[in-house]
Amino acid sequence: MISVEELDQIAETVRTERAQGRHQINVCVAAGCLALHSDTLKGALAERAQSSGISCQVRGVGCMGLCSAGPLVSVEPGAILFQKVKPEDADRVLDSLKAPPAKQHTDLRQTPFFKRQFNVVLENSGKIDPENIDEYIAEGGYRALFHALIEMTPAEVVQEVASSGLRGRGGGGYPTGLKWGTVAKAHGTIKYVICNADEGDPGAFMDRSVLESDPHRVLEGMTIAAYAVGASKGYIYVRAEYPLAVKRLERAIREARRLGFLGSKICGTTFEFDIEIRIGAGAFVCGEETALIASIEGMRGTPQPRPPYPAQSGLWEKPTLINNVETFANVPPIVRRSGAWYSAMGTPKSKGTKVFALTGQVKNTGLIEVPMGVTLREIVFDIGGGMPEGRKFKAVQTGGPSGGCIPEQCLDTRVDYESLKEVGSIMGSGGMIVIDDTSCMVNVARYFMEFCMSESCGKCIPCRAGTAQMYDILQRITRGQAGERDLELLIDLCDMVSATSLCGLGQTAPNPVISTLRYFKQEYLEHIHAKRCVAGECRMAATQAARS
Amino acid sequence: MTQAMEVKTLRIDGVDVSARADQTILEAARENNIAIPTLCHLDGLSDVGACRLCLVEVAGTNRLFPSCVTRVEEGMQITTSTDRLQKYRRMTLELLFAERNHVCSVCVSNGACELQALGQSQGLTHIEFPYRFPQLPVDASHERFTLDHNRCILCTRCVRVCGEIEGAHTWDVMGRGEKARVITDLDQPWGTSESCTSCGKCVEVCPTGALFDKSDVGTRARKHPEFLTYLNEMRGGQS
Amino acid sequence: MQAPSRKPALPSEDKRWRIVNGTMRRHGYARDALIETLHTVQQSFGYLDKQSLKFVAASLHVPLSRAYGVATFYHFFTLKPPGKHACLVCLGTACYIKGAAALVAQAEKTLGIECGETTPDLKASLLTARCLGSCSLAPLVVYDGELIGNEDAVHLQGRLEGWMGS
Repeated sequence: MISVEELDQIAETVRTERAQGRHQINVCVAAGCLALHSDTLKGALAERAQSSGISCQVRGVGCMGLCSAGPLVSVEPGAILFQKVKPEDADRVLDSLKAPPAKQHTDLRQTPFFKRQFNVVLENSGKIDPENIDEYIAEGGYRALFHALIEMTPAEVVQEVASSGLRGRGGGGYPTGLKWGTVAKAHGTIKYVICNADEGDPGAFMDRSVLESDPHRVLEGMTIAAYAVGASKGYIYVRAEYPLAVKRLERAIREARRLGFLGSKICGTTFEFDIEIRIGAGAFVCGEETALIASIEGMRGTPQPRPPYPAQSGLWEKPTLINNVETFANVPPIVRRSGAWYSAMGTPKSKGTKVFALTGQVKNTGLIEVPMGVTLREIVFDIGGGMPEGRKFKAVQTGGPSGGCIPEQCLDTRVDYESLKEVGSIMGSGGMIVIDDTSCMVNVARYFMEFCMSESCGKCIPCRAGTAQMYDILQRITRGQAGERDLELLIDLCDMVSATSLCGLGQTAPNPVISTLRYFKQEYLEHIHAKRCVAGECRMAATQAARS
Repeated sequence: MTQAMEVKTLRIDGVDVSARADQTILEAARENNIAIPTLCHLDGLSDVGACRLCLVEVAGTNRLFPSCVTRVEEGMQITTSTDRLQKYRRMTLELLFAERNHVCSVCVSNGACELQALGQSQGLTHIEFPYRFPQLPVDASHERFTLDHNRCILCTRCVRVCGEIEGAHTWDVMGRGEKARVITDLDQPWGTSESCTSCGKCVEVCPTGALFDKSDVGTRARKHPEFLTYLNEMRGGQS
Repeated sequence: MQAPSRKPALPSEDKRWRIVNGTMRRHGYARDALIETLHTVQQSFGYLDKQSLKFVAASLHVPLSRAYGVATFYHFFTLKPPGKHACLVCLGTACYIKGAAALVAQAEKTLGIECGETTPDLKASLLTARCLGSCSLAPLVVYDGELIGNEDAVHLQGRLEGWMGS
């Protein structure tokens, strides 16, 4: 059992080591840079450092955000960031320890990409070694857990989270404190906490990055939640597509157990809690709470009608708290610093920060964290650096298959739950894909409908058969085989499928169609009447048939 | 239950009704002779809320509620048959008709089919959506029964009756989305199923001609799902 | 959940069955271990065949049809033996916007099969993924576990032809 004093000692040891004047060379070993062989690079750096007798520490760290410039290497102290580093660049990086850095490696930290961000969830990402619990502790990790367990009652923890104004980061935006309060008040001695890490939206990798870069933050958040609601068992439901995240989580859980942050008598109290990992098997619908529960129970991931809500009757019919990765990751800083501190950031209704995966046709792609309330324009053009050479902005897609495409005239929309909804999209989990004029918006709608059709579980008719009909219609439009009546049917189906489907997947499946119809109806009409695709993406098959 | 069950009062289609707190809107409505169309629901089986035909409007919210799984609440004001609901019900039925190969004239259940009857009662005159014509097999390997996927609407009554009443769990659903299909055991020919007891309950509860008794071909045989209520009563379960 | 009184015998001497059994034992032979166990079977054998589904279903007291229903619900599980090599094209939104569809078309043409299929000589399987979460590297292709970012059709063709020629 570890005490607060021992915690301080661990932190002190790590800090002393760092303060000994030795340089640290941090190599990103999150999935993005790892795919660019940053592990080889790390080996080369360590080897060159040793052979040339340079005293420094080469460490693997989590995601630094600017994934398009990977592999990324940072040098501390000095906060110098090197981009696109190859193993043969090792000497040049090591040279920078003695002399000012070479010119081609300008300090990226001074660019708008980094300066416009504000990190809460990602505060440790790219700074600490995700496979070493001591480094998390050195950054203040597990302090919040001690604070909650020793100095707060469960009700006070719920109250603190409620006062932060934190809302569900999985996309729904349900007030987290309210959810915790409901589970805490639910009758029953057995309760569960589930972390939804089934990050299914295509183009979204916030949760993967957090789990790979700072896994203990999620464990700490879950453990605090378990204390607040009275749960003794937790599950993390992770996608099978994220093997590195699973590996780091497994290691983090082992380390946390070793130091008594999980298991029995946590932090020397009577509180017991343990976490088990469950690996998904490739079903988008399992991001839906009731489907996720069915999947943990070893069944087909089909959603159940709500009510009853999981807060009353969830996993094995026990009261269950489900939050996503980013939501839990926000909890330790809220408990450590206070709900008031958190709620000072953001807009009146959307507090704090939001992590986005910025991708698509934009110069800087990667992971960003911004305070709620910044505009989409700031994200795309300042942080993202705008469009690549010769490209013209057309839309930004948020919310994945449940979201919408936001056009140029709405770029000054502020990022908060309500504003994004007003312009026909949703906050979603944080995928943000920039689309340029080479993409056809009808085809984008078709792409998402294909996604929803094949990810539909098939249980309820509107989603199963409705998405298939909508997909068929969109297919006909993009092939130049559709008439005016098809468009009317499509609009009717959008209304019917969203109103009558059983779960969120079906209810939101028409959103990409509705939003592209709202802003890009002209493109639909051109496909139908002139058999023309302005983006040049769709091949019009049947011009002759249409004429006759 | 020793404690007296609480009674709720609510209004359905302008009629004041009372119901036990554990009753669903559908039960309360039917007790008071208010008809709500259903397809996946069957008295005696658990409810799954899948067909969405029984959706009703509740005053105070824009959300629609499946009456088969929504419990009554005090003061609820329910409307079961607005223009909007009727439109959605017709579209739901149209989607079903267009999804597979429902050709009533050549179907064994012609005249005794719940889907067909619903189409008629909901005023369905034609199918607006293009038929999708999937290529689906017919399994006649069982000595007494036939499974025709072309007429299956995936209501899962067969799955539930086999698992919940017969206890064999021969049936389940494989795949997902539009590719979902009912299966016996490891998706093997029905006749080779090791778990099937040939009790025929699945056939009796099937609302369409997807499951039928070979001896009924050409007879327009009606099915008799009422046995379920009887079985449940005899077992001392819910009525 | 109670452990079944009698467990079925391992289907063969193959040591991999013991690994599968280990997963079930670790979960106390509880029914909810079905998906975890199927993961182990697929890791050990490369795919799920009827024999393994029968064994797992009997060991966990899960109806056969439910085991099959679960195995076919999740995309990650495959019921057919995979090819020697696997080419997986990511179809996430970022990859799609940057031309993943053209990569799929090229792969289908080069291998002569459609997505989700394996060549008749079992040399290569062509798979797609919903999103691998490395969107900054779009479009993305994974060759036998090796992730290649900013992929183009020419490189893809070369790589696949290399497999087919070997």
